[in-house]
Amino acid sequence: MKLLDVQNLRTTFHIEAGQVQAVRGISFHVNKGESIGIVGESGSGKSVSMLSLLKLLPSNAKLEADSVLFDGIELVKTDQKAMRKMLGNDIGMIFQDPMTSLNPLFTIGEQIMEPLRIHQKLSKEEARKKAIEILRTVEIPSPESRLKQYPHEFSGGMRQRVMIAIALSCSPKLLIADEPTTALDVTIQAQILDLMRDLRNKMDVSIVMITHDLGVIANMCNRIVVMYGGTIVEQGTTREIFYEPKHPYTWGLLRSIPQFSEGEKKKLISIPGSPPDLLRPPQGCAFTARCPHAMKICEKLPPQQISLSDTHQAACWLMHPKAAPHAKEVIS
Amino acid sequence: MNYAAKRSEGAVPLSDMDQAWADLPDEDFTRLKDSARQTDAIARPSKSYWQDAWSRFRKDPLAMIGLFIIVVIAIAAIVGPWLSQYTYDGQDIANQNQGPSGEHWFGTDKFGRDIFVRAMYGARISLTIGVAVAAINLVIGVIYGGISGYLGGKVDMVMMRIVDIMIGVPDLLYIILLMMFLGNTIESILLAMSLTYWIGTARMVRSQVITLKHQEYVLAARATGSSNMRILFKHLIPNSMGPIIVTVTFLVPSAIFTEAFLSFLGIGIQVPMASWGTLVNDAVPTLFTQPYQMLFPAIAISVTMFALNFIGDGLRDALDPRLKK
Amino acid sequence: MAGYIVKRFFASILTMFVLITITFFLMHAVPGGPFSPAEERKVPKSVMEKMEEKFGLNEPLGVQYVNYLKSIAQGDLGISFKQSDVTVNELISRGFPVSAKVGLIAIVIALIVGMLLGITSAIKRGKWPDWLSMIVATIGISIPNFVMTVLMLFLFVVVMKLLPSYGLSSWKHYILPVAGLAFGPIAYIARLMRSSMLEVMRQDYILTARAKGVPEYRVIFKHALKNAIIPIVTYLGPLVAALLTGSFIVERIFSIPGIGRDFVSGISDRDYSVILGLTVFLGIFIIISNFIVDILYAIIDKRVKIEE
Repeated sequence: MKLLDVQNLRTTFHIEAGQVQAVRGISFHVNKGESIGIVGESGSGKSVSMLSLLKLLPSNAKLEADSVLFDGIELVKTDQKAMRKMLGNDIGMIFQDPMTSLNPLFTIGEQIMEPLRIHQKLSKEEARKKAIEILRTVEIPSPESRLKQYPHEFSGGMRQRVMIAIALSCSPKLLIADEPTTALDVTIQAQILDLMRDLRNKMDVSIVMITHDLGVIANMCNRIVVMYGGTIVEQGTTREIFYEPKHPYTWGLLRSIPQFSEGEKKKLISIPGSPPDLLRPPQGCAFTARCPHAMKICEKLPPQQISLSDTHQAACWLMHPKAAPHAKEVIS
Repeated sequence: MNYAAKRSEGAVPLSDMDQAWADLPDEDFTRLKDSARQTDAIARPSKSYWQDAWSRFRKDPLAMIGLFIIVVIAIAAIVGPWLSQYTYDGQDIANQNQGPSGEHWFGTDKFGRDIFVRAMYGARISLTIGVAVAAINLVIGVIYGGISGYLGGKVDMVMMRIVDIMIGVPDLLYIILLMMFLGNTIESILLAMSLTYWIGTARMVRSQVITLKHQEYVLAARATGSSNMRILFKHLIPNSMGPIIVTVTFLVPSAIFTEAFLSFLGIGIQVPMASWGTLVNDAVPTLFTQPYQMLFPAIAISVTMFALNFIGDGLRDALDPRLKK
Repeated sequence: MAGYIVKRFFASILTMFVLITITFFLMHAVPGGPFSPAEERKVPKSVMEKMEEKFGLNEPLGVQYVNYLKSIAQGDLGISFKQSDVTVNELISRGFPVSAKVGLIAIVIALIVGMLLGITSAIKRGKWPDWLSMIVATIGISIPNFVMTVLMLFLFVVVMKLLPSYGLSSWKHYILPVAGLAFGPIAYIARLMRSSMLEVMRQDYILTARAKGVPEYRVIFKHALKNAIIPIVTYLGPLVAALLTGSFIVERIFSIPGIGRDFVSGISDRDYSVILGLTVFLGIFIIISNFIVDILYAIIDKRVKIEE
């Protein structure tokens, strides 16, 4: 049962210099109760794609798609006003930097109670009780007194817990977490990930986790979508992505995860170069310029999405029969 | 090729790929040489900070119009009075309160003096004061703010407490007071305006210096044994020049305004010299009968202020790196 | 927050001292004033007697300074050099209520109109309401208040004959003086509000509010406005100062019997003691307003700490 089904989503920003094609035709879905990870570096279109389908981008961004179904509702035709009724209620969001994501001039209590008051029409007292309850769920000690405090009185990790509390306050069906741990210390990162895993099981919520770090989602997500240059280059179950990756960009990402568990010293490899300029997107595969295995065709034509199993798809010319000699060489 | 159309329909298993796909020429599947790939896709031409700023400033039509107006007014102020047959204090009893005409473009005042020439002298005074005040306060502000920010610690604390106290003193009131005691000369206007106008610049310079002084190139300069003064004036100040220029540019219109305000109150420039403020002030009693006497100086000062504010806004947009895309 | 207020309090007190000290020494520098050697004085005898009684003109400078401080602390701002029967306190009690009334109306109008223009401009960024507001704001910033006031007087009184030109006897009389005072501040507030609003709308917490499903009007008027208004609050102090100096112009042009007109006639009469007394009064008034604004700021923004 699909909770979110996105077909051929395109997002374009109109700026002075022209049109930035931030997302260039992506299709993916999220099943009920499932967690998926969207992985890519900054500028790959991973955040923009989610923000655009939720109508959270500035007015110079244009969304086009064949269809975006959320819980049976077509989001492409939904206007911003109707979308807001779903946001915070059916869909919760957490962002990267907890230091700036909370309004500095309102108490934590006011900020948690707001969606409850708007969406569930709770009275002030009911909302307060619910807020205390949800703060307890995200393991914030002495929630009654914390409610009256301002964000600057909280640490980064605590603020991210508050953000999670806000996102989950109305028991949404979908939680979108945009780099929720990137700005946090490593030890706090682990705590927040544990908490999210815990809450997913308790609250029966589907999660879309946006990150640039495959390591973060390895233990968290059922499936992974890899994005590059505004396109999806590969998607599959976590197992498929980790053990049978088909796209050179995925290989690069996997090699850039530090692996401490293994005894042998492994070289940490970064991918040289920088992502394509989406003001003038490349004609062929977006990764060509940085791909160590690039062929002539890669510059000319975008590769077809090839399905390798029911769950696994990748778009790379190396899978073409005529590329077989290279592919062999690459694998060995 | 129908291949491109097929792409949007979603993923296809390898076995389902069409003939066109399978028939792509072998040649296409040869390796690209490393040199043929551009590893750095985003390669926009690099420009120096000032070139970049100038190219942005040039594209701002309002700022360019402002610059043009100021240049025209400056030329008029410098050479205008020489070219005219009239002088600012030449009275002509026969031609009192004449409306604008071929002989007197802006008309004459109650003493028969040519208002056009007086307005050009006014431009001289206003522009001189504007530029001089900006320059004086630039120097004081840079030195005060630079030292305060660079030395830090107790020196900074004391210097900033002084600023805190100074900033609370209502400056226009004190400029009026000083003018009364110092007498109506350009020098006293400059002195009066140099008492507090540097505070904004000093604060800005201080915060710039504080942000910059921990950067690597400053540490490197210090490691190679450069003296404090050298680091401050060779590295820190030049690198803060953009915001400093913006702040100082806005001092020009405010100095011109203050001078005109003082002259309007009768404590600015001494008669028979006239600044724009004096001209407007002189015209108030005859507003009902000879409105042109007020209109031309009023337009002159307003147009100048417009132009200077446009230039300031243009410079701010051009020099503020935060707006850089 | 308490530490911040204490710090601001002491800074304000120090500023007052600086201000009073400057005026004291200027008083001594008055050419032909009461502190000059007897033969150079150009002050009426009756004034001299009162000054002698108050300051002890033959005492050392330090004693005179202390006496001066004492008299100001007791609320005595001195007497006119020109007319010994007029005290500065009398001028203030007559003129200040008039000025305050016009000034208060101007503050309220400047805040309401300026903020509305700024908010509209920010929300409709790049569209015609933005252009219109910013044209108005640029005019208000560029044209000096005295030019603006004289131009309005010319337009509405001389040309259109719509409004009266002097005095304060009906509501119509208030329109031009208030407009003359408020125009500049409206422009300044509009620009400040616009840039502050645009800055705040870019912040992450605005995205959070939207993602919570808060309707857009509420995002703007609750989440954004409360943050965007902080620069406006800090501008309130300078605004009071701007309106006071603006009143010199407006009250003179429209013959309004306020404190500003007294100040300007003090200038043209060279009545130094009136000018100094009024400066001390206006200066202290501005310093106190600044202090109140500081407290207001601390109440709105709980983050303020002792160090900036």
